[in-house]
Amino acid sequence: MTDHSDIDAVTGKSTTGHEWDGIKELNTPLPRWWVISFYLTIIWSIGYWIVYPAWPLISSNTTGVFGYSSRADVAVELGNLEKIRGDKMMALGAASLADIEKDPALLALARAKGKTVFGDNCAPCHGSGGAGAKGYPNLNDDDWLWGGSLDQIMQTIQYGVRSGHAKTHEGQMLAFGKDGVLKGDEIVTVANYVRSLAGLPTRKGFDAAKGEKIFAENCVACHGDGGKGNRELGAPDLTDKIWLYGSDEASLIETISQGRAGVMPAWEGRLDPATIKAMAVYVHSLGGGK
Amino acid sequence: MNKTVNPKDLTSDDDYGPLYAARKKVYPQSVSGTFRRIKWGLMAFCLGVYYFLPFVRWNRGLGAPNQAVLIDLPNSRFYFFFIELWPQEVYYFTGLLIVAAVALFLMNSIGGRIWCGYLCPQTVWTDLFYAVERLIEGDRRERMKKDKSSDPMKLERISEIVLKHSIWLLIAWWTGGAWVLYFNDAPTLVKELVTFQAPMIAYVWIGILTATTYLLAGYMREQVCTYMCPWPRIQAALTDEWALNVTYRYDRGEKRTSVKKAAELRALGEQVGDCVDCYQCVAVCPTGIDIRNGPQMECIQCGLCIDACDNVMTKIGRPKRLIGYDNDINIQRRQEGKAPVYRIVRARTIVYSAIIAAIGGFMIYTLATRSLLDVNVLHDRNPVAVKLSDGSIRNAYTVRLLNKSGYDRVIAIDAHGPANATVHVIGVDSVTPDRPMIVIPRDSTSELRLLVTAPADSNQEKSIPVRFHVTDIGLGEVATATDNFVSP
Repeated sequence: MTDHSDIDAVTGKSTTGHEWDGIKELNTPLPRWWVISFYLTIIWSIGYWIVYPAWPLISSNTTGVFGYSSRADVAVELGNLEKIRGDKMMALGAASLADIEKDPALLALARAKGKTVFGDNCAPCHGSGGAGAKGYPNLNDDDWLWGGSLDQIMQTIQYGVRSGHAKTHEGQMLAFGKDGVLKGDEIVTVANYVRSLAGLPTRKGFDAAKGEKIFAENCVACHGDGGKGNRELGAPDLTDKIWLYGSDEASLIETISQGRAGVMPAWEGRLDPATIKAMAVYVHSLGGGK
Repeated sequence: MNKTVNPKDLTSDDDYGPLYAARKKVYPQSVSGTFRRIKWGLMAFCLGVYYFLPFVRWNRGLGAPNQAVLIDLPNSRFYFFFIELWPQEVYYFTGLLIVAAVALFLMNSIGGRIWCGYLCPQTVWTDLFYAVERLIEGDRRERMKKDKSSDPMKLERISEIVLKHSIWLLIAWWTGGAWVLYFNDAPTLVKELVTFQAPMIAYVWIGILTATTYLLAGYMREQVCTYMCPWPRIQAALTDEWALNVTYRYDRGEKRTSVKKAAELRALGEQVGDCVDCYQCVAVCPTGIDIRNGPQMECIQCGLCIDACDNVMTKIGRPKRLIGYDNDINIQRRQEGKAPVYRIVRARTIVYSAIIAAIGGFMIYTLATRSLLDVNVLHDRNPVAVKLSDGSIRNAYTVRLLNKSGYDRVIAIDAHGPANATVHVIGVDSVTPDRPMIVIPRDSTSELRLLVTAPADSNQEKSIPVRFHVTDIGLGEVATATDNFVSP
């Protein structure tokens, strides 16, 4: 039992009898209203257990008496959001790609929408600003394997590259070394020839005539005369300064012997048409396309 | 059980006793006179401005708000008559706050806490609430009697209390209502408020302001000034011996005697004071102090005690201003037989006025000469530079153009940086090569994506400064922004 007979002189209240270094603790019980509120919250919490989903079970949880679900709430809110954005996204869906770029309001909307969707879906491969990486094209430059016009960009986003979609872009760099079409020294020769096409320095004593011959027999079909590339096949221009897999001799030898076949997923079915349109406009605006 | 002992029963050693004293309710008596008239006038002016300013119209052209003073939060604009401020210009408010602070210092060095006594919202609304109370419950004595009455639950008394609180709440509610009108078109909002179609936030703010006005002006009153407000403490440090404070001229007032005795003593040629100890100055004081005890922290310098004392002095045929705006120096001087001196112009007031003039002048100057066209440039970070297929280098920028004027503008963008660089804005076909032109609608911002491309041979340096010129084609006004052109 605490001793309540000790009265504090300043306040006139009794103390609990506890004392530390001459400082005594006043006996100040919790106010009644506070205690009552506390008990009410306990009663309230019991009601809460019953009304709302609360208790985890082994494979599910109690669902509460009204079947409330926060997931359903979120779905409703998302629905409302879609409704609010409906008109603007509808306008985006209805306008042609070229018209979107000409209309400042639609362009701003497409860029804003495209940027967020790009961040969610494309940035893992292409980088947050579309800067790309080895094997993943930089979307800010003017070199487009499958074409850089608005329509071509949209087509690539929609159907992907080697994605398995019926309308996907097909075409691949064959593995000339692995498949035994070209021998080791031939690969080195043609790699140096390709470097000479791009104006890059070549290995000492490299036989340009032999390289041209190997190139004409094996590579021209896709990369075209003089290595100018072919967008129908996604065959890159070998004369420019942009190299998806690297322009040094070792990288080229690897490319020629092992082949390349990067994959871009098809986004049709995963994103709605208006969003794909917004993304095409956004990507086109990164570097202005081509 | 918690046993409570009445502190009075304890030994009355100075170290003991309650640390807290309960508030003694103040019953200010009505008074008439010069300072009371000034207070009425200022109250009418302040409340008039506060309640009716939102309804003042100002023509800014079609499509723009026509409310003279409007804080348009959704569109991030602040309108004050002919001035329109954008969010990035909030430093004008900083300047305004500095001017306001120094103006308080200036007021203080001239007339003490005249802000507290005449202009402070707490004073103005408390005064108004007292006026209502006085009108319904009667003057000081009646109110004291009614509060003390052992039978307070008479119907008459209840109806009085209900009426008083209803009017108080009505004023408080109107105060909150006027507040929200500064944030939206006033006539529209009034219509929405009465038809219950106004946004929830409007009702919430009205509720908050109603509650604070009712509590602060109806209940807390002088306690706000004494306990909550830091200004009494600050002003004590700001005041000097020349500041005019409401002062009891004890040199003239002491010794206090009754009217009759004073007359007798004067007839005998003896020296007596003018103060007749009538306690009128205490009765009218809204903070419940006795000014004759000298300068006190609780005194808000409202001058009502001056009026009360003057009335008494007139009645007993003595000169006015036994209590008046004065300072200690003059009391000293009078006692020494010298004439009082009043100095409003002194180093302190000159410095304060100079600061106000300097900051105010600078603000007016910058406001008058501020650019209505502005440009901000942000360099792309990922990637910072792009190599194109022909070896040339391209940098991309996000350009934000601000047209703060009331008309649409055609502007052209030039970039001066790397040699032979070309400029392209996404979505804009340049009519003039390398000089994209676009229209920025009035009172708005436009965000553009701008590409600067430099040929391969012109980029020896890793980073070259680039200057963007934005030119209004019609008016020739130019805004510039600088950034860097980076090579990989």
